[in-house]
Amino acid sequence: MAKVKETVSRTLMVALVLSIVFSVIVSTAAVLLRPAQIKNQNLDIKTNILAASGMLPEAASAEQIEDIFTRFDVRLVDLDSGAFVEPEAVNVQDPMKYDMYKAASNPDMSTKIPPKEDLAGIKRRPNVAKVYLLREGDEVKRVVLPVHGYGLWSTLYGFVSLEGDLNTIEGLGFYAHAETPGLGGEVDNPRWKSQWVGKQLYDENKTEPQIRLVKGGVDANTANKQHKVDALSGATLTSRGVEHLVNYWMGDRGYAAFLKKLREGEV
Amino acid sequence: MSEITAKQVLFEPIFNNNPIGLQILGICSALAVTTSMNVTIVMCLSVTAVTAFSNLAVSLVRAQIPNSIRIIAQMTIIASLVIVVDQLLKAYAYEVSKQLSVFVGLIITNCIVMGRAEGFAMKNGPWLSFLDGIGNGLGYSVMLLFVAFFRELLGAGSLFGVTLMVPVSQGGWYVPNGLLLLPPSAFFIIGLAIWALRAWKPEQVEEADFKMSRHTHKEAF
Repeated sequence: MAKVKETVSRTLMVALVLSIVFSVIVSTAAVLLRPAQIKNQNLDIKTNILAASGMLPEAASAEQIEDIFTRFDVRLVDLDSGAFVEPEAVNVQDPMKYDMYKAASNPDMSTKIPPKEDLAGIKRRPNVAKVYLLREGDEVKRVVLPVHGYGLWSTLYGFVSLEGDLNTIEGLGFYAHAETPGLGGEVDNPRWKSQWVGKQLYDENKTEPQIRLVKGGVDANTANKQHKVDALSGATLTSRGVEHLVNYWMGDRGYAAFLKKLREGEV
Repeated sequence: MSEITAKQVLFEPIFNNNPIGLQILGICSALAVTTSMNVTIVMCLSVTAVTAFSNLAVSLVRAQIPNSIRIIAQMTIIASLVIVVDQLLKAYAYEVSKQLSVFVGLIITNCIVMGRAEGFAMKNGPWLSFLDGIGNGLGYSVMLLFVAFFRELLGAGSLFGVTLMVPVSQGGWYVPNGLLLLPPSAFFIIGLAIWALRAWKPEQVEEADFKMSRHTHKEAF
């Protein structure tokens, strides 16, 4: 093989040509595949919402999921006041496009949580959250609320679905976490998640959420069993994280103001 | 050096010159992505595609690359291909790409890819280099699938996501071995696989770097 003479100009030339050719290839791929990727991401979020609320049919096709999801009314909520806000207030056209996790890292769109109140270990909370309402006529049948908080290794992101009384849990699910497989990773176990169904968030006074993850299981004789869920075995810190994040988000710093308004029919 | 044939470059890396088994390269991803067969297969296909096409591309331009920047030029080619693969997975295999997460991006740092580009493609023609990439990808895949087979079967009681042994947590009888879901278990399996491979092909056993000398004086009693 003939050895090409090496000069500085030639080296620069080859580097330049190589960079240009490959940046064109990479940009083309990124631009051409973008629509398919966005579709996947949206479908993924919708799938998780339906899964959390127990509305996901088995082996559902993309069309089915889109179709069922249209029954949900996507709204943005100001967490402090509990009132709906228009998408324009957070500079988006469509509420689906609002990313509350991105907003949480933007100082203008989020609030720092005082360490003492930071049950969920998330440091900053977005001012505006995205909620999913399922109405039948004027009556609210279901509310799906995004939640997140710190477990043992990672932040868990998920959804909690509430029944029309805004107190009974209809299901919950986490779509992103990096807890230990087989231990904390069992938050994904359908059998464990099924225990949450029918649990009550609040007691009669409807103030602080009362969810507890307890050791040793919950049976018919357990006191306050409507608030208690069996903790994950071998995953104390993940269980504690889940308990804290549910209580944080359903409490005063989370969705409590919104749920109160919704219950009283004010929004 | 004797003439290399297409058959040789394609099949040698599977058992005789396995990139993981003999050269002990690419261990990082072998630990990270082998908890389930589905994910592993996608990872194997990605690595094979990247190795094959980066070899092809490097081989095509090998006469033009100035020696002083050859490594960074190879990196540019490899990195671009990896980004393209990552984008493709996100568009067409979203579920798996979520599970693979950063490990697709980390193919860039997979020593097998770089090693083949520098060690083979810089010296051989495009066709042979392409086959060499496929061959090494296959060698990598054989090892990963072997590891994933045991990790998924014993760690989760399933294969390809199909439950074969119903775990206790789902009301069955099988108590899954949690260790196999954690990365260190892949070390054990790879170690055992290398042992088996070298027992079968003793010529792969490396000569000892040094010999222990005899004790010359008595120590603690």
